[in-house]
Amino acid sequence: MRAMTYRGPYKLRVDEKDKPRIEHPNDAIVRVQLAAICGSDLHLYHGMMPDTRIGHTFGHEFIGVVDEVGSSVQHLEVGDRVMVPFNIFCGSCWFCARGLYSNCHNVNANATAVGGIYGYSHTTGGYDGGQAEYVRVPFADVGPTKIPEWMHDEDAVLLTDAAATGYFGAQLGEIAEGDTVVVLGAGPVGLIAAQSAWLMGAGRVIVVDHLAERLEKARTMAHAETLNYDEHDDIVVEMKKQTDFLGADVVIEAVGAEADGSCLQHVAGTKLKLQGGSPVALNWAIDGVRKGGTISVVGAYGPIPSAVKFGDALNKGLTLRMNQTPVKRQWPRMFEHVRNGHLTPRDMVTHRFPLEEISEAYHIFSAKLDGCIKPLILPSAS
Amino acid sequence: MTDTSPTDTSSTDDIPIAYVPDLPRMRETPEQLRARIPGWGADLDPADRPSHPKLHYAPDSTGAHWRFPDRQPGAEGRERSIEHAFVTPVFGTAQPLHGASGQIRRLAYRRFSEARLAHWLLLIAGDRVDAWGSHLRSFTSLRPDNPVTQTGVLSEFTASGTSRSGRSDRRHHLLDPVIVAGPWVAAAGVAVLGARRLRQRVAS
Repeated sequence: MRAMTYRGPYKLRVDEKDKPRIEHPNDAIVRVQLAAICGSDLHLYHGMMPDTRIGHTFGHEFIGVVDEVGSSVQHLEVGDRVMVPFNIFCGSCWFCARGLYSNCHNVNANATAVGGIYGYSHTTGGYDGGQAEYVRVPFADVGPTKIPEWMHDEDAVLLTDAAATGYFGAQLGEIAEGDTVVVLGAGPVGLIAAQSAWLMGAGRVIVVDHLAERLEKARTMAHAETLNYDEHDDIVVEMKKQTDFLGADVVIEAVGAEADGSCLQHVAGTKLKLQGGSPVALNWAIDGVRKGGTISVVGAYGPIPSAVKFGDALNKGLTLRMNQTPVKRQWPRMFEHVRNGHLTPRDMVTHRFPLEEISEAYHIFSAKLDGCIKPLILPSAS
Repeated sequence: MTDTSPTDTSSTDDIPIAYVPDLPRMRETPEQLRARIPGWGADLDPADRPSHPKLHYAPDSTGAHWRFPDRQPGAEGRERSIEHAFVTPVFGTAQPLHGASGQIRRLAYRRFSEARLAHWLLLIAGDRVDAWGSHLRSFTSLRPDNPVTQTGVLSEFTASGTSRSGRSDRRHHLLDPVIVAGPWVAAAGVAVLGARRLRQRVAS
């Protein structure tokens, strides 16, 4: 089969690989119909995630058709069209039993601090991902869901991570009616987080970024006010001015390890790998939220320590909430919101690439060229 | 800022609200927001939010029909975090450990927990050894690594590469080629120096 493979930092190609096989009785093999590149895939692409092996196939956002099932699979049949959460989870461990599907303890032998994720290095379990023609899907009775007839494929693929993560990020903020919510980052996760903040009763939603096309999308798609941090000497001071010097009630950090805004932090975290990412956005969140406020972190960071302003967080009495998203727990309610038009994930898709152009797709997305907000990948077998 | 109307948190006089006990005032009423924003307030009640309540115990709702999953064959010798009691019943089998990078990674897993910085630094060292070994092996194959096609850098010319002008991230984007090409240039320099020394030794 054809599959994207990692060749070292900033380098990818498409290779011929063996088609995955059933390795466990509850496995399924899924023929990928549509995949996406996630902003967090860029951390792998840039060589920031430890134990990213040469030949690894990325991709944790994908939908497809069940091609083969293991002997114990009861809930899926060959030919079913499924959407697959980015989490690999067993459904039965201490954590899964309590809804923490992203923290499953039975699927990642390589680490206890993170669960299993498709195509996201061996630090998350060593599973090849879905930017390929076929992918192995463990625990087929637990993770995948049949795609509803009414759902658009592009909404379905975005619900496997980016959209679910944005919605989850707003929930972590514990938004109350009338709250002022600042969303850092107008990428796919931030855009859905902004839409979701309104669903939870926000009185104001302010999105911060520096890319004009993304800020425009935040205004049109998420009905948000916007701040371009390139236009302000100090974005934290501007956040204070915008909130009558109180600070935001809730800040959702939807940027993660490759934050811009400080060239020094970016180079130290992203280029030189001296810390587990550039914590610029997280520090802005700590300084921009009001005392006693809540920060929701859904931006992804690596396992190496980062220079986070924890003293300010303590002194301000903040509540910090974070996790990888337990995607499937979000779906029933999110399906209602998508069907009702409250959440519109596919509005943020800007690019569609065939698998054979994967190197160009990553470069364009990484460098934010051509107004790229969300790129999708079409495997040739589909 | 696109919206210059007053903030919703202004106090009743000209003293900013942070300095007085006033309750915040919403700039728009719920009715106005509901009319303007699709679905405003649909999840206002926390009970309607899927992640509520936290740590909700519902083991029968996941689709799992086992207490502990069947064990996937092939766990013997597979690397694992020493914070785990055993290799998990299901695990990834992509890119098994091999060669010098495999030895480095195995040391990281066997010797150091995830709490130790050495664990992660060794894994990163293994990644770089893996990349260099793979690059070198590619030159003995029919498909050598090609930094031009593999970086997708030619899309700079087809996808508005100049569009980043005026953006604050353009400064560190200039570093990307250095990071990609730098090790190759350094290696070429070392090879040239080594060849020169060898030639001088042979000549003397």
